[in-house]
Amino acid sequence: MEGHSNVHRDGEFHHHHSHGASTHHAGDHHLLQVEGLTVAFRMYDDAASEGEGRRAEGEGAGGPSDGSSKPGRIARWLRDARLFLAAPQREVPVVHDLHVSVHAGEIVAVVGASGSGKTLLADAVMGLFEPNALVSGTVYFDGKPQDASSLAALRGHGISLVPQSVASLDPLMRVGRQVRGFARGGDDAARSARQRQLFARYGLGPEVERLYPFELSGGMARRVLLCCALMDNPKLIVADEPTPGLDLALAQAALADFREFADGGGGVLLITHDVEQALSVADRVAVFLDGTVVEETAVESFRSPDLLRHPFSRQLWHALPEHDFAAAPARSPEAGATAEGGQA
Amino acid sequence: MLQACDITFSYGGKAPLYQGFSVEVTPGERLCLKAPSGFGKTTLCRLLAGYEQPDAGSVLADGEPLPRTGRCPVQLIGQHPELAVDPRRRMEATLREAGPLDRGLMERLGIRDRWLARYPHELSGGELQRFCIARTLMASPRYLVADEISTMLDAITQAQVWSVILEEVRSRNLGLVLTTHSESLAHRLATRELDLTAAVCP
Repeated sequence: MEGHSNVHRDGEFHHHHSHGASTHHAGDHHLLQVEGLTVAFRMYDDAASEGEGRRAEGEGAGGPSDGSSKPGRIARWLRDARLFLAAPQREVPVVHDLHVSVHAGEIVAVVGASGSGKTLLADAVMGLFEPNALVSGTVYFDGKPQDASSLAALRGHGISLVPQSVASLDPLMRVGRQVRGFARGGDDAARSARQRQLFARYGLGPEVERLYPFELSGGMARRVLLCCALMDNPKLIVADEPTPGLDLALAQAALADFREFADGGGGVLLITHDVEQALSVADRVAVFLDGTVVEETAVESFRSPDLLRHPFSRQLWHALPEHDFAAAPARSPEAGATAEGGQA
Repeated sequence: MLQACDITFSYGGKAPLYQGFSVEVTPGERLCLKAPSGFGKTTLCRLLAGYEQPDAGSVLADGEPLPRTGRCPVQLIGQHPELAVDPRRRMEATLREAGPLDRGLMERLGIRDRWLARYPHELSGGELQRFCIARTLMASPRYLVADEISTMLDAITQAQVWSVILEEVRSRNLGLVLTTHSESLAHRLATRELDLTAAVCP
């Protein structure tokens, strides 16, 4: 990967993004760079499998007499087995040709509709893949190209995830133990001290470490997840919707902590649907629609909807409760491309 | 009228979250509960919807205690849709828990037919939440309890989903209890706001 000089011209377009006045590269290179990421899921063809199910059901109900003879049963079993093995599958693309990058010392907010595949971006960076996912593209971390196993090795040792779902906590382990983890050749006392320090910083009392996840409120659970991510001093935090369920003051405190982490030389990929919040803390914003980034721009461009290039970015701005609370017509990721085309 | 009358509630011998607390919501009213994180908003929502039983006092819907089995006239939509659906059932089976499918409602909520054959892990949090909202409205509730239901939604979907819920609440004259951390959303949605910190510890 090529090196970067520290200075880019304003608005200069490189690596699929531009920089605003105050958001030049802090480091020599991109901390994280994702190029041409495509994620597809292989699943059974909905239409085909439904048709088969119905046919099999109908025949079973219609012919109980021939099913009782042994040869008939075997023939039917063989036919069902053949149908089962031959059931057509197809690849459903969810993320396609996505480019995004995070530099050392900056927060990049990925904002967009729910269901547009934002979480899959986080999963790809963390090397977490569902068994039926087909992933292609290139991920660079710290200038080096990564593959699935090296990304898995970086997980928790360089890249930390703050997951979206509080179900990520082990329901059967006290949260203090979960945050500390089990030190590998490390010092458990030091980890305890680090965990207490993090808990104190996030307003979690010493009694909280004895609790189980079900005893936590939504906001407390999110702070516990944040503590887990910060435990091993990562270089990059991938935060997947870290603030829902926190009240305004706590959410701002959590974002301030991300800001502090970035100012200390870390990188943050902040995946969120909360545009206002993203703008308050991020350096750059990537607008995500239907599985790809349609606009990656400096926060400055978001001051007014007139500065936004893509119609979806403007639509997002107008839908905020503090602006127009404008409900767009019912849309979905699949139908989105055509709906956007119509509006553009 | 949905009433919580003098309810007292605590978790397993800890200090009570609520002691002799009362609140009521009339049909057509939209009440927003406000309190800081960890105060017990979700607990109150669960009490109102019959998911928890108060240690003392009672929760009444139109003068009747909530039924222990069968369809409850108070329906709860929660903050974590992934915890409200069976991970081993396809979405159509989950939706049919509330009765026959209401295609019109599903369309207005933006639920695609092709999602019906999927499992919950094949949908996003926002897509799952639409299913949870559809299931709740299909259960013919007289009162809705919406506990932080749009925190996982993007602004456009949030506006869309709430416009559907408000339409249903108006046309069926439902009572609505909601919690949200967003001041601007509360002002948009609620006809009355109740600060629990003041109401519980006077």
